[in-house]
Amino acid sequence: MLDITKQSLSELVENVKSKKLSSSEITKAFVERSEKSKELNAYITEDYANALDKAKKFDEKPNFNLKLPGIPMAVKDLFCTKDLKTTAGSKILNNFVPTYESTVTQNIWNEGAILMGKLNCDEFAMGSSNETSFYGNVQNPIDKNLVPGGSSGGSSSAVAAQLTPITIGTDTGGSIRQPASFTGTVGLKPTYGSCSRYGIVAFASSLDQAGPMAQNVKDCALLQEVISTYDEKDSTSIDFKRNEYSRELTRDIKGKKIGIPKEYRVDGMPKEIEDLWKKGIEYAKDCGAEIIDISLPHTNYALPTYYIVAPAEASSNLARYDGVKYGFRAKGENLIDMYEKTRSEGFGAEVQRRIMIGTYVLSSGYYDAYYLKAQKVRKLIKNDFDEVFKKVDAILTPSTPSSAFKIGEKKDDPVSMYLNDIFTVPVNLAGLPGISIPAGHDAKGYPLGLQIIGKAFDEQNILNISYAMEEKIDFKNKINDWWIK
Amino acid sequence: MSKNNSEYLINRKDNQYEVVIGLEVHAQVTSESKLFSSSATKFGAEPNTQVSLVDAAFPGMLPVINEFCVKQAIKTGIGLNAKINKRSVFDRKNYFYADLPQGYQISQFKDPIVGEGKVFLDMSEGQKEVGIERLHLEQDAGKSIHDLDPQSTFVDLNRSGVALMEIVSKPDLRSPDEVSTYIKKLRSIMRYLGTCDGNMQEGSLRADVNVSVRIKGSKEFGTRCEIKNVNSIKFMQMAIEYEANRQVDLIEEGKSIDQETRLFDTKKNETRSMRSKEDAHDYRYFPDPDLLPLEVSDEFVNKIRSDIPELPDDKKKRFIDKFKLTAYEANILVSDIDIAKYFEDVVAKMGKNKDIKLAVNWITGELFAVLNNKNLEISQSPVSSKNLAILVNLIKNGTISGKIAKTVFELMIDGDKDPQKIVEEKELKQQSDPKALEAIIDKIINENRDKAVEYKQGKEKLFGFFVGQAMKASGGKANPQLINEILKKKL
Repeated sequence: MLDITKQSLSELVENVKSKKLSSSEITKAFVERSEKSKELNAYITEDYANALDKAKKFDEKPNFNLKLPGIPMAVKDLFCTKDLKTTAGSKILNNFVPTYESTVTQNIWNEGAILMGKLNCDEFAMGSSNETSFYGNVQNPIDKNLVPGGSSGGSSSAVAAQLTPITIGTDTGGSIRQPASFTGTVGLKPTYGSCSRYGIVAFASSLDQAGPMAQNVKDCALLQEVISTYDEKDSTSIDFKRNEYSRELTRDIKGKKIGIPKEYRVDGMPKEIEDLWKKGIEYAKDCGAEIIDISLPHTNYALPTYYIVAPAEASSNLARYDGVKYGFRAKGENLIDMYEKTRSEGFGAEVQRRIMIGTYVLSSGYYDAYYLKAQKVRKLIKNDFDEVFKKVDAILTPSTPSSAFKIGEKKDDPVSMYLNDIFTVPVNLAGLPGISIPAGHDAKGYPLGLQIIGKAFDEQNILNISYAMEEKIDFKNKINDWWIK
Repeated sequence: MSKNNSEYLINRKDNQYEVVIGLEVHAQVTSESKLFSSSATKFGAEPNTQVSLVDAAFPGMLPVINEFCVKQAIKTGIGLNAKINKRSVFDRKNYFYADLPQGYQISQFKDPIVGEGKVFLDMSEGQKEVGIERLHLEQDAGKSIHDLDPQSTFVDLNRSGVALMEIVSKPDLRSPDEVSTYIKKLRSIMRYLGTCDGNMQEGSLRADVNVSVRIKGSKEFGTRCEIKNVNSIKFMQMAIEYEANRQVDLIEEGKSIDQETRLFDTKKNETRSMRSKEDAHDYRYFPDPDLLPLEVSDEFVNKIRSDIPELPDDKKKRFIDKFKLTAYEANILVSDIDIAKYFEDVVAKMGKNKDIKLAVNWITGELFAVLNNKNLEISQSPVSSKNLAILVNLIKNGTISGKIAKTVFELMIDGDKDPQKIVEEKELKQQSDPKALEAIIDKIINENRDKAVEYKQGKEKLFGFFVGQAMKASGGKANPQLINEILKKKL
């Protein structure tokens, strides 16, 4: 039989159900590979012993009716996991062990999966390279000293390197799709309100959304089916009829209208990205889709709008980390001094930068000019999509304006770092589902992704388009296990 | 200071000043659970025993609106004759404090759930209308305890997240008296509605008091100061008196008033500056992205409206119309829902041949005196409405005199005894047999011939002497009316 860790989630589930593999065998294989892959620094917290123990228990009393029977899985360290340290990549939560479980992870365990550990990420999910994590850089398995993207960089690295068969990330401005694109994996950001935010450390509440990160579209559909539930504990959770995404998955997309937005052809876009996009259009046509040129006129304003709205919400969401109740506390002369020291020592530079931006744009005298204006522009961006979706079923764009860059390359240039999100943020601002699928390589052999954006609640459609295109693209990740000695 | 026609003015050498007051009342919503979590809200629980993960702002915890609290706010809005806003928005009010776990308070800033309304005050010079600016829902903070340890501050989060209604009045109040009446009226309305218990000792009702002064007759408002978090009517009145005089003094000295937030020191009976306008917090209000705008349907509001009980103003009108009470009597009875309820119970239990005036006198006289002495609420009355009704009926039908009734009442207090039984056991029944009374009177007249003669010669005062003697001879049980009649005839 094929090396266990090289199997896709769907294959593993099939092998468990047909009793060809036990949960213990699978878990042991992924634990062993994870242990050999410490150099990737994908994990913040390992929980291997417990995972092996749970696998054993599953095998003693297996339930093959579950969707993820005995499947081990590591998750982004932004999801609160009961009795297992949850840091959000920050020093300020270095000692925080939740007494509760996020809804999304609970849904996963309810279907039989087993927690292996917590994956590295940018601090409070603020970053595009995983370089803002208090727990160090994550290596992209594609090449040494290459960033895995961010903020779900530990997740993308772990899936690409096959340390976990599948995982979940969170996406506020591209934090699932960009790292998926950088590592040659599939990442879905669902419609806002599709997955509960309960128990996920908040970054920007009106944008945050959890989603699956997988090796292929089918696995992605299966996990989306598991994690997307209506949840009364999240007031922004939406009660809509959810598909059985994996069962309803089809490659028949004949006649689907796919829009190509001219505004995404940005100045200075590398030729390889341009070429990739053209190739993507051809693949879509090959699948029987109809290509339509469209316009999303307010696209240019998406990034500045995002960098007002997200920091504003973050500045308020992160106020609770004050050293009073839990987490890191620095000694201070008095309350204010304690606050100042705790927050200056506990938060990294990027988080502090965004808290300051957010505090500034919300302060009186600036609120109207920044926050209120940004909300208006956000509405215009959403209207653009609403208009376009009267004519097309989905939109095809590149996922990122470049392939993965070297660690340290953009660290001191926040604006160039922020530009990474240029194709992904409009989707968050409009609350729409978007998926990144690997579609080719650049000259260096680094993966490049294409993004398919759908109508709200139309995950099934973009999964289907991805599924069809995936077959035509026939992408193969070039990973040589360089980090394993 | 003059109180001409109960107008409250501050007099100085050349000027008369009027005081302008607006209140921001914080009323705790009567609810088993908090505004955004299912934690209990019981008063006096052990510290930090009523705190959920949401109240303590743990990572990833999200607020979920408590529908009951929304209903309570709408109910109160209806009671204040106010506009109910079908769409309202929860905002975050951001500031750091140890007892504010989230680092922000969820409140309603731009779009409150209740808009403009009005309440009516019964002042001695007539009815006064006070405008309500708005009512909004918000969370309470926890409590910092600074005096348990010299080194540390302790935090109790039991109150954290408890639902409050902030009721903002227009600057329509003009005296400490009006403020007192206004607070009592608000409390009365909310107690009728069951939306706030109005218990000021337990902090269920507090107010920020905005005070400014201006030359009488002026149309412009003066610069106001806000006195924070005053928790008794008496303190509000004292704070206003002090603050208004302080402001007048400043103006008289040619100085200007700084717009600022002040605290009332109850020990020194003075207000002092807490922070100036320049130091005012920038709360960075913005809509809470964890909560969708709150939208209520007409149907939802109408259902609440149809469940609104009779409120003090309507009840008062009914008492005057139906029971022929004076406005003064009706006011006293409707001021508190439990008093009104007690009164109506007594009326109902008195049956057909009832003397409502007499019942009112007994409730507001003897009963109130006992409650006052024993420091009891009417809901804890030692005399039940049923037994008071029986007592009043015994007087009305002549079984006992009003004077005997007082003796009976004293005996009823201990264990809510049936007055009928007391009358029988103690043989207190009034003597109303004319023949027996005539015999007593004949005997007295015979024994006091000289006085009878004096009376006939015009010393009318002596009539009282004979009444007294007759009452004494009967052991106080003679029907005084009959005694009067017989005496007049015989003398």
